[in-house]
Amino acid sequence: MTATFNFALAGAAPPLAFTNRFRTLAATVSLALVGLVGVPVQVPAESLLNVSYDPTRELYRDIDEAFTTWWTAQGHEAPTIEQSHGGSGAQARAVVEGLDAQVVTLALAADIDRIAAAGKLPTDWQSKLPHNASPYTSTIVFLVRKDNPKGIKDWGDLIKDGVEVITPNPKTSGGARWNYLAAWAWAQKTGKDPQAFVKALYEHVPVLDKGARDATTTFAQRGIGDVLLAWENEAYLAQKELGADQFDIVVPSVSVLAEPPVALLDANIKTDDQRKLAEAYLNFLYTPEAQAIIFKDYYRGWDTSKAAPEDVARFPKLDLVDISAFGGWKEAQAKHFADGGIFDQIYVAK
Amino acid sequence: MGKPLLHRSPIPGLGISAGITLTLLSLVVLLPIGALLAKGAVAGPERLWSEVNSARIWASLWLSFRLSFLAAAFNLVFGAALAWVLARYRFPGRRLIDAAVDLPFALPTAVAGIALTALYAPNGVFGAVARDWGVKIAYTPLGIFIALVFVGLPFVVRTVQPVIDEIEREVEEASATLGASRAHTIRHVILPMLAPAALTGFALALARAVGEYGSVIFIAGNLPMKTEIAPLLIVIKLEEFNYDGATAIGIAMLVISFLMLFVINAIQVWSRRRIGYV
Repeated sequence: MTATFNFALAGAAPPLAFTNRFRTLAATVSLALVGLVGVPVQVPAESLLNVSYDPTRELYRDIDEAFTTWWTAQGHEAPTIEQSHGGSGAQARAVVEGLDAQVVTLALAADIDRIAAAGKLPTDWQSKLPHNASPYTSTIVFLVRKDNPKGIKDWGDLIKDGVEVITPNPKTSGGARWNYLAAWAWAQKTGKDPQAFVKALYEHVPVLDKGARDATTTFAQRGIGDVLLAWENEAYLAQKELGADQFDIVVPSVSVLAEPPVALLDANIKTDDQRKLAEAYLNFLYTPEAQAIIFKDYYRGWDTSKAAPEDVARFPKLDLVDISAFGGWKEAQAKHFADGGIFDQIYVAK
Repeated sequence: MGKPLLHRSPIPGLGISAGITLTLLSLVVLLPIGALLAKGAVAGPERLWSEVNSARIWASLWLSFRLSFLAAAFNLVFGAALAWVLARYRFPGRRLIDAAVDLPFALPTAVAGIALTALYAPNGVFGAVARDWGVKIAYTPLGIFIALVFVGLPFVVRTVQPVIDEIEREVEEASATLGASRAHTIRHVILPMLAPAALTGFALALARAVGEYGSVIFIAGNLPMKTEIAPLLIVIKLEEFNYDGATAIGIAMLVISFLMLFVINAIQVWSRRRIGYV
């Protein structure tokens, strides 16, 4: 039986013309397949892929443009800078699994730590650039409907009867982890049981989106919920893009100091020229020019020397808690967001 | 060796076509499933079981398979009705509707998901009407059901329609002249002929719905224990770098799907034997 099968499969001793036709066919098929799947294009040496998180699309569009101008003014050829955006965790995973990024600019140090654990960059990456390798900081604020009909002023108001809160899933979104930790920090500061408060908070969440941008869409376009827990920059952007007559920003008494860090991926640097370009790109983020763009795009930069005064004045002062209050990302991640952590217990425990 | 396994066909090229088919099948279908099972084998059955055996995962599997089954059943009834109308009646706009049936195949599922969410959200066109009646559609299991009906609809229509085209009206007329009532004709003459194709369509719609991610993710609220589908949990596990957990859910879905398809095939074989043809 097997013999018959093999004979049929191999088409033993076919006429010559037949073999030739088969070759042509095979060639055509493989050509078609290659065409369909797409051949990777040979990348020129002076190119850079920046893998970033969800809400930074607008920021890095501006930065890349400014950097290209600056870099060519230094007498270099114009580089090709490519961007990839998505949920911070998903982006980190893509890089670990081989996405050929030269720099990462993610929402959390924890996500870059994962990449470091995979051996793509040294574990002390955070000490290589100023300010814990974070060219800017941000925080979490509330976006509410115009004139704040539910009267939301602080975290405690979020668990009032009839208030619906929109926040993404901390499992998939870096911003959502900051939201969660900000709520935790407020409860701790005001002497409440943080776990009970966070549990009550998530009982007011009708939709858990995958990423920060999806949550903004749910809140702004679908009209779900009374308050969106958002990145400060995302809240300002929503107000700008969708009309200041629709939303108000409410600044809570306590929030987190989010430090979205950047890093160079040594393992993915192919040439010395590329290394120079990648290093220049990351250092450029700390220049007064780039810092001015950072302020303009609603992030809290460090260097105000070239920033427009109104961009700087926009940010209200509030009590900010940084990640060290949670024992650093490693501990916070393991305690709150890991499999079976406190966030999982909120939903499974009845 | 009474008869050979493969008959030589008068058309040349069987060997080559079989070779190409088997190679492609291995590359595209068997290899990924094999990799999943290999990953599961490395982790070991106890590890897999401990990953799957949590209230949250059971809830999501129950949600996914229950809604997929309901959506496929809905498609079975209304898809067959739609196929009947398209095959049997001539009316203006028929070709347009006929073409529109294929849209769920062609539309990227994310687009479908966003469009459905926009329509069924409380501030959407249909969602607003439903809200007035006190019903929430988007971000509830009902919304997931609608998305699954959408992606599964063409399967039943497209499998049943050609069969209806083949049924000659004379058969129905003969049944009527022999004194059968309309209900009796449908029950004992038409349905048995449609059943095998309809079941195939049902199985395809079910299989599609179980694995559907892109469109559902937008319209489901994604709340654990309530509106979290199993494919989303796989993505969440991956993002936690918990590959064993993702593998475990993947294998659980594979096993359940296999059992369901096995039962459907068994019913098909049984109905074929009973009817004797098709």
